[in-house]
Amino acid sequence: MADTLLDIRNLKIEATTYPPGEPPQDITIVEGINLTLERGKVMGLIGESGAGKSTIGLSPAGYGRGGVRLTGGEVLINGRDVLKEGPAGLRNLRGKAVCYVAQSAAAAFNPAQKLMEQVIETTLLHKLAKRPEAEARAVELFRQLGLPDPEHFGDRYPHQVSGGQLQRAMTAMALCPQPDLIIFDEPTTALDVTTQIDVLAAIKHAIKTTGVGALYITHDLAVVAQVADDIMVLRHGKMVELGSAQQIIAEPKEAYTQALVSVRSIEHSAKAPTETPLLSVDNISAAYSNNAQNVLNSINLALSPGQTLAVVGESGSGKSTLARVITGLLPPNQGQILFDGQPLPAALKARDKETLRELQMIYQMADVAMNPRHTVGTIIGRPLTFYFGLSGKVRHQRVLELLEETELDASYIDRYPAELSGGQKQRVCIARALAANPKLIICDEVTSALDPLVADGILKLLLRLQARENVAYLFITHDLATVKAIADSIAVMHQGNVVRYGTRSEVLSPPFDDYTQTLLASVPQMKIGWLEEAIQTRSTT
Amino acid sequence: MSKFSTLLKQLPVTAFVGLLLTTTFIIMAVFAPWLAPYSMSESVGEMWLGPSADFWLGTDNLGRDLLSRLIYGARTTMTIAALATALAFSLGSILGILAAVYGGWVDQLISRGVDILMSIPTLIFALVILSVMPSTILMLILIMGVLDSTRVFRISRAVAVDINVMDFVEAARLRGEGKRWIIFREILPNALTPLVAELGLRFIFAVLFLSSLSFLGLGVQPPEADWGSMVRENRQGIVFGVPAALIPAGAIALLAISVNLVADWILRRTTDLKGGRSG
Repeated sequence: MADTLLDIRNLKIEATTYPPGEPPQDITIVEGINLTLERGKVMGLIGESGAGKSTIGLSPAGYGRGGVRLTGGEVLINGRDVLKEGPAGLRNLRGKAVCYVAQSAAAAFNPAQKLMEQVIETTLLHKLAKRPEAEARAVELFRQLGLPDPEHFGDRYPHQVSGGQLQRAMTAMALCPQPDLIIFDEPTTALDVTTQIDVLAAIKHAIKTTGVGALYITHDLAVVAQVADDIMVLRHGKMVELGSAQQIIAEPKEAYTQALVSVRSIEHSAKAPTETPLLSVDNISAAYSNNAQNVLNSINLALSPGQTLAVVGESGSGKSTLARVITGLLPPNQGQILFDGQPLPAALKARDKETLRELQMIYQMADVAMNPRHTVGTIIGRPLTFYFGLSGKVRHQRVLELLEETELDASYIDRYPAELSGGQKQRVCIARALAANPKLIICDEVTSALDPLVADGILKLLLRLQARENVAYLFITHDLATVKAIADSIAVMHQGNVVRYGTRSEVLSPPFDDYTQTLLASVPQMKIGWLEEAIQTRSTT
Repeated sequence: MSKFSTLLKQLPVTAFVGLLLTTTFIIMAVFAPWLAPYSMSESVGEMWLGPSADFWLGTDNLGRDLLSRLIYGARTTMTIAALATALAFSLGSILGILAAVYGGWVDQLISRGVDILMSIPTLIFALVILSVMPSTILMLILIMGVLDSTRVFRISRAVAVDINVMDFVEAARLRGEGKRWIIFREILPNALTPLVAELGLRFIFAVLFLSSLSFLGLGVQPPEADWGSMVRENRQGIVFGVPAALIPAGAIALLAISVNLVADWILRRTTDLKGGRSG
């Protein structure tokens, strides 16, 4: 029997909710979780939002977020039950035996302190080492994690390093006190794919060399398969399946796990572009103020009616700025846009109502894209009144039709956005866009805030609606898997330029330019050993 | 009804006391002519009598019944304060949202105008105007309302600037909606929660402000009763050990505290619920 580091037995976690106007209720968030982790091993916890993966992940630190209580079972670290520890015992445990790596490194660092101070803070606090020793250890960790100029990296402030570097610095912070267990809570979710691959490799390397045990929390099965030895699949606070990474990916037993593994397997045959495009972007350049550097440089694109053009790129590539130019929120400083053969006025104010109607937009964050004080009926009904003058029964009838088209129940008409789930909110936003009967819908990262299975449903819905209504999509995303699933043509953007543009098969088949090559190679694949291969190919090219 | 009773059950003691006292004051103000045992302006006894069976709180410097004047005073004080607050709110919040939505020179114009008004101490500014203009009740309401609206403007502009950049407002703009829809249907409903919480607080300030003005003799004019002027009329009594001035002063303090307790409770309720904006 190997050395058991963490042993969770029959864990139960509860919280109290305060529904307005009703007495407080106790609800069970997590129930019946059993888990053992050996020293030097990595356990992946995977599930969609609300599955309880973060709540379980934090239990070894004896911590419940926002009023969550650990009420039953045992959490043994090195044989000691964390749940029985008092405040002093927990203080001794946290930062010494258990460390935590948060999702958003940018929000987790104190912007007013140098990185070195923050990385060695816990080590000094627990008197695990003297300052020079701790600093030497931190520098060694910076080197292990592949950070540039490790000797002086700690002299910088958090805003002076990139997001990926900051995430690695936080990993160094967690490793510095030499804990037995590290909890990684979605450490790469906020990063671009090309950055994610470096951070993943760094984390994996650091775990191997230090021999620390780790819980790796994520919603992305392909990512966790690269670092974890075992994977636990969670749903609604209960365990669905537990197995080795190999078994979960290759032979998932439960239906839910199978669905997770086969997600994004949408088949869509790409259409050839037509003679006359619906939208053509000619030589557009744009900047956010008069003498600032251009965010877009001479962009040329065309989109055929009823087809999908995917604009793909990392954060800062200018893809969302392109959407702002097309919608008229940011007038370009050069070039013009033709819509349906007519030049599109640059400024929003100069466009007539008919043009506005034909060009709709769906946002990334559905919950802020809808007025929280309006009911679903008002949200979908307003464009009907505004553009077509519908009211009363006719409008009500049309709203019901739109709800049905987007696969929502008719009873939702009187609900407020806060009463809907993430996927339902996005469906309402789609219904609102459809209500205007548009020719083009700009979809700005519409699935990136959603869980994989929900996102899958939204993509299928969009494809079905396209077939029926013959609406064109300008689909802005950073996710290449989505692009492969639904695009007819693809434009790859990098630093304000279109580096590659053409039909789907042209863009996705070799020979590739350097950037597209890197981008494609960085998309995690549902395959053990993909990470090593990708790093290998990258270092050889 | 069940919703009301559960609400009552969750009511903290402080909020309950605040609600009880505030309601009492409101009843006093509304039913003043029926509740007051004597007329407001008639001398009914010796000056500065102590409390007795005939005069529960005693009499004032002209021999008028203090309790009756206190009850009528509640009416004057609270009406003026309420109307001034209402004016301050409608003016301040609409200008604030306008400034946020239009931005640019409209925002600059309104904001700098407000800055100028705010740079002069309120009390002194009000005193200067009131010494020139007649101290009628309408004039008092106007001056207090306009001066207080500068504070409301600051808050509502700050709130509206935040809401104005949210995606749903952008969506409305892309749809081609006019400014009226954006101000009244998109922004105002979402700005209301913080503004309503502020309302109670501003009402108290209005009461205190009116009382100070009346105490200085530039507020409500005799023989009209108002708590601030009652303190002023009876202040000489303090030298002779007559507590008549302390009674209206106590009433002002009690009203301020009780409304504050209610405002605190509302504020806590609205910030407590994370999805509080849904209702």
